Amino acid sequence: MTDLFAARSLMAFSLGFHILFALSGMAMPVLMVLAERRWLARRDPADYVLARRWAKGTAILFAVGAVSGTALSFELGLLWPEFMKQAGPVIGMPFSFEGFAFFFEGIFLGIYLFGWDRIPPKWHLRAGMLVAMFGSLSGFLVTGANAWMNTPQGFDVMIGGVTTSIRTMSDWPAGATLLGAKVVEVRPFEAMFSPAFAEQAIHAVLAAFGAVGFGVAGIHAWMLRRDPGNAFHQNAIRHALIVGGIAAIALPLSGDFSAKHVASWQPAKFAAMEAHWETGPNAPLVIGGLPDEASTRNVGAIEIPSVLSFMAHGDTSATVIGLKDIPADRRPPVAVTHAAFQIMVAAGLTMLVIGLTGIWFLVRGIAPWSRPWFLTTLVWASPLGFIAVEAGWTVTEVGRQPWIANGMLRTAEAVTPMPGLVWPLILYIGLYALLGVVVATLLRYHVMESPSTAELADATRAGAPSAALAELVEGRHAIV
Amino acid sequence: MPSSDFLALLAPGNIVAVVIVVAMLAYALTGGADFGGGVLDLLATGPRAGAQRRSIARAIGPIWEANHVWLLVVLVLMFVAFPTAFAAIMTALHLPMLLMLTGITLRGSAFVFRAYGPDRPEWRRWGLVFGAASAVTPILLGVVFGAISSGRITLGLDGAVKTDFVSEWLTPFPWATGLMLQSLFAFLAATYLTVEEDDPEVRNDFRRMAVRASYAFFGTALLAAIMARTGAPHLWATLAGSYQAWAMQAVLAGVAIGAIVALEKDRFQLARVLAGAQVTLVVLGWAASQAGWILVGQIPLAGSAAPDGILIPVILALVAGLALLIPTFVLLFWLFHRPSRSVAARMERTPSIPLQAEVAPPVR
Repeated sequence: MTDLFAARSLMAFSLGFHILFALSGMAMPVLMVLAERRWLARRDPADYVLARRWAKGTAILFAVGAVSGTALSFELGLLWPEFMKQAGPVIGMPFSFEGFAFFFEGIFLGIYLFGWDRIPPKWHLRAGMLVAMFGSLSGFLVTGANAWMNTPQGFDVMIGGVTTSIRTMSDWPAGATLLGAKVVEVRPFEAMFSPAFAEQAIHAVLAAFGAVGFGVAGIHAWMLRRDPGNAFHQNAIRHALIVGGIAAIALPLSGDFSAKHVASWQPAKFAAMEAHWETGPNAPLVIGGLPDEASTRNVGAIEIPSVLSFMAHGDTSATVIGLKDIPADRRPPVAVTHAAFQIMVAAGLTMLVIGLTGIWFLVRGIAPWSRPWFLTTLVWASPLGFIAVEAGWTVTEVGRQPWIANGMLRTAEAVTPMPGLVWPLILYIGLYALLGVVVATLLRYHVMESPSTAELADATRAGAPSAALAELVEGRHAIV
Repeated sequence: MPSSDFLALLAPGNIVAVVIVVAMLAYALTGGADFGGGVLDLLATGPRAGAQRRSIARAIGPIWEANHVWLLVVLVLMFVAFPTAFAAIMTALHLPMLLMLTGITLRGSAFVFRAYGPDRPEWRRWGLVFGAASAVTPILLGVVFGAISSGRITLGLDGAVKTDFVSEWLTPFPWATGLMLQSLFAFLAATYLTVEEDDPEVRNDFRRMAVRASYAFFGTALLAAIMARTGAPHLWATLAGSYQAWAMQAVLAGVAIGAIVALEKDRFQLARVLAGAQVTLVVLGWAASQAGWILVGQIPLAGSAAPDGILIPVILALVAGLALLIPTFVLLFWLFHRPSRSVAARMERTPSIPLQAEVAPPVR
């Protein structure tokens, strides 16, 4: 394994791991706030227990997300020092804002988790809303920093004594490299609001809600099948379906916007996503198949004429740039990008159908859990959002190769000279595998010991309700 | 002209450098104490070990994640404002940084695993991981800072770092710095805990730990100073080279002794203030010993900062952000670290939660 490949693998693995927790840190607070709000409005004890249990889940996921995010921030410098040397100041603005957003998220999460009995319920709920708000803001901003890597701009660079102002990607001098260049001025907001910012950040935040909503709905659907009629799981499915369903409906729209944007701004990535080889009008949409990079054609794909032209530019006769018109040393790996894109789209469309059904049930006042087939569907659909997110990040990251800053700095030029990077890779695969297993086990404990219908009924009965409820919150395992 | 010298001091790069030192100090005072708490958790023994650990977990629980963000602030400001030095440091100190990250990851994860795991022996073992990772990470943090001060990280003529990835940090001075930082953090945590603990016996345990950790700090600081003579000549020259530097060290020793006396005399609030002052003097002393260098002997502070176009907006964002952040932090600490008696009284009161059966449905 080359050191470059080890570095890329470590980065991909760390990001792929962190993203699962980052998404949860964004979307779980929304779920717990929905449950708490319903508890305050209707006094359904199932919602109270749910809010507290989800808060515990959030605490575990947020903590692992915080530490793996720290590791990721350091890895930017440890693995790609040449990139950070040039780009660090340029992407400083979103990172600085993200730091503050993360600060506030951490503070209000602390207040939320440990403040149940210390601040008035209304303020406690507001603290939870702030956690949710800053969580999403933080995800929004950090995706903005990634967007700069796709559409870098907003700085003046001196190469060989000549200063060029990069107001947009097309200002970049042909054939030049950022390696060894000097960034002499930065326009931070021009860099922060690079063309890819809006489409990427919106898509990423929606994806977080979709993935977590479906994940949570599936887990509780599974529990509800074993324990029919339990209000704890029914309420959980209601909240999760609202969040996940709305996101699943919005995601294809935002995805279409993103794809059109990528077609205009990152034609190489777009061509690789769609496994599109020949430049020309009436470009066909390629479904499935395996792109063969040696023979520059697709094996076993279904091609629908003109659809790609329409999807990319809103006109069936529009010209779509094909991979053959992109020099081989500027082409991303086609097979991986195409496969990941297809997986993302397939998962997203499946979620759209399920989300529409779920929202339709809720709008019509039909309990989604009253249909056994729907519960089964939710169980099977539960990993779809996470699969789509991992696939989507693969598209955006692998599809940008061989560049770390699109068209300006190659990934190979940015890597650290440190040898033996396979060892950190092995260390982190081991470490994250361990953490993943432990988190899964812990969450399983918390999910498995959900309160039974009888316990909830006992807690609701007059007498000493608060003590009974408090016991339900703690579960059967005492906690430090 | 003196006035232009003064204006030069206010260059955006210098302002960001000051903010970086302030963020380091905030991290040391808050995150450092969280690491120290882990060290004490590891060292907890005797019949009250369980009570000590519970007290530590209670103190760290609500705040450690927010405290931890100060480290990210330092990281981000370094690459935003001093990208060349940042790239050189991250390249040469790859290995200790990687190990430090492993420690940070394990420490945080193990803490929540223990806190939210079932109360069974096999899950309690995460406490050991939490303690061990908390003990090792500050050493590695000290190694990084020691190596930066040592002057061993050098750049070639082309401006790229010349490194074998090992010799910059695998020398005695950075490790002595690491040990010093570890004992300092343990001392800080134990002193904080004497204020927060109600039980006189457990408080006495923390007092004992604080005093011992303070002696350990004296020993390791002396060791680091001896090592600095050859291991970090620039730092040695600054710390031993002027009356001001000696005066500052005398003040540090006075504060440290004062903290021990305050602990012994049951003046815990005073001890906490003195412990904070002690950490502040160490961090500021380190910053002063850099004497205008970002990377000692290689990259001076003046002239190496990123363009003003980014630094000025970042400074403005920092001012605005801190203006909101500091009150929020105060709120957090006020909620959870009020004098412990009132908190204990509150915790004993069972929360009264009205239930569905008792409340009328909301009228719409």
